[in-house]
Amino acid sequence: MSPWLEKQRHLIDFTLASLARRKTRNLGLLLVYTLLVFVLASLTLFSNALRTEAQYVLAGSPEVILQRMVAGRHDLIPPGYLDKIGRIRGVQKKEGRLWGYYYDPVLNANYTFMARPASEVADGMIMVGEALARERGLAKNNTISFRSYSGKLFTFEVAAVLSPDAELLSADLVLLAEGDFRRFFEYPEGHYTDIALSVANPQEVRNVAAKLTAALPDSRPILREEVQRTYQSIFDWREGIMLTVLAGAILAFAILAWEKAAGLSAEEKREIGILKAIGWETGDVIRMKVWEGLLISLTAFLLGFLTAYVHVFHFGAAIFEPVLKGWSVLYPKFALVPAIDGLQVATLFFFTVFPYTAAVLVPIWRAAITDPDAVMR
Amino acid sequence: MIELSNIRKAFNQGQSNEYWALHGIDLAIEAGKVTAFRGPSGSGKTTLLTIVGCLSRPTSGRVRFKGEDISALPERFLTDIRRQSFGFVFQQFNLIKGLSALENVILPAFPTGRPRAKLVAAATELFERLQLAHRLQARVEWLSGGEQQRVAIARALINDPEVIIADEPTANLDTALSKEFMAILERFTEAGKTVLLTSHDPLVVESSAVHRVVGMRDGRLTGE
Ligand SMILES: Nc1ncnc2c1ncn2[C@@H]1O[C@H](COP(=O)(O)OP(=O)(O)OP(=O)(O)O)[C@@H](O)[C@H]1O
Ligand SMILES: [Mg+2]
Repeated sequence: MSPWLEKQRHLIDFTLASLARRKTRNLGLLLVYTLLVFVLASLTLFSNALRTEAQYVLAGSPEVILQRMVAGRHDLIPPGYLDKIGRIRGVQKKEGRLWGYYYDPVLNANYTFMARPASEVADGMIMVGEALARERGLAKNNTISFRSYSGKLFTFEVAAVLSPDAELLSADLVLLAEGDFRRFFEYPEGHYTDIALSVANPQEVRNVAAKLTAALPDSRPILREEVQRTYQSIFDWREGIMLTVLAGAILAFAILAWEKAAGLSAEEKREIGILKAIGWETGDVIRMKVWEGLLISLTAFLLGFLTAYVHVFHFGAAIFEPVLKGWSVLYPKFALVPAIDGLQVATLFFFTVFPYTAAVLVPIWRAAITDPDAVMR
Repeated sequence: MIELSNIRKAFNQGQSNEYWALHGIDLAIEAGKVTAFRGPSGSGKTTLLTIVGCLSRPTSGRVRFKGEDISALPERFLTDIRRQSFGFVFQQFNLIKGLSALENVILPAFPTGRPRAKLVAAATELFERLQLAHRLQARVEWLSGGEQQRVAIARALINDPEVIIADEPTANLDTALSKEFMAILERFTEAGKTVLLTSHDPLVVESSAVHRVVGMRDGRLTGE
């Protein structure tokens, strides 16, 4: 091995021994540091994942959804409504949608049942979301029975398990034929849950909405861009809270780093003097301390980030739940799809590892450049 | 081997508490001999040793080491010379707490990049010569004063220096251990090493192991 490599090895050996010598102090430091990275990383991962979710949800949803209101409440679309809309300029497609929730006592969970045209799902067949299939142990060609709200038992055959790439959307989804849907829920013939309209030109969406309201005064158009704005404002509000927490965390971190920086103990200074007196160069001392700083900050970063990842994507950010409860208004139930933004990771890395290492180095450097003759007294 | 000419050293130069610890020292130190500095407290013995051992620089004057003027060299070169040519035994031993005796001893050799196995072998041999082999793995704060001193001596020798500098080496030792130290000194000179030490201790200064005694007072030499 080259002397240079040997030397680095020696430095790392000594660094490890030094860290072990001040075990409680370094473990404490590591703990605080890890905690900090954990909080910061959880926030970043969480907000990023939410954003990704929202994009998914919105990308798949139609530009305008028309709901009928009765006494201020969402009601079924009666027969003939689709025709009453007539032709509106800019509307490419309009279709009545059929969907509802089904409570499955076996899993204690709510599924979303949605009717599809016969060309997609045949009578007696269903397509199920990946998570649901997993939980109920379903595969293609299996059969499953659901007891309807009226007490009748319906048996379906699984035609396919939906692809998992948009888990949030499809996790609890059951797609079935329109006829099956109506029979299962005893949904009145000719009625729909709502009407979806596709509008190609975003500029026309408001006009379309105005015309819809004029044609059907008892209905309410929901625009995707408005939903988007609602999401956005909720995001902004959440992010405000998060930023406050973030700022607090960074402040705490700065204090920690500063204390570490200012608090280069007499013992440490003496040791630096000894090392220099017995033949270590200023550079060696600094390199050793760089190893020390990097070791602590990298370990903390990795530990913190991994626990944050598990926390956000496997435990649904359980710790933040009190702050983020409002989400359940938007999503009856949701699991975040793991999404990591490289830039965010880099930012986080920069703001945690870099200042610490820098803060540690300044006082070391100052101690290391002084003449070592003080150790003689 | 070492020549000092007109060495002057000021602390806090230019400030109100400016203090001149050395006022023009001229001295030539022979290789392979033990030279002892004797003098009252505050006479500048330690200060002189730090200058000879490249731990600090004189305010004025020249230090020649093996014919080369080292008083004007930059820090990096001084460190190199210090590591290769000088071994220090400090008055307070200055061992690093929490590390084993072995780790303390091989520490000065880390910057040289010698493989660890070789260092451990060299250290083990030194410990055997100093009758300390059984304490190799002990943490230094558990060692007795005499044991600590022998660890400090082993550390001074790990890079096989030509010059050993010992400041008040026996100040913390009883008579028996002091005598043992003098015996070790004799072995150094037999091995051709140069030793510089300071001491108040008559046992050291009058010992046959010491070839030359230099007196100091108020930052000046007072003759042999
Ligand atoms: N860093 C310093 N700043 C100011 N004064 C100093 C400094 N170091 C040493 N001195 C002064 O220089 C003088 C010589 O000190 P030095 O340590 O060389 O004495 P010494 O001969 O080794 O004494 P002792 O026998 O007590 O160890 C002393 O008066 C001391 O107070
Ligand atoms: Mg002294």
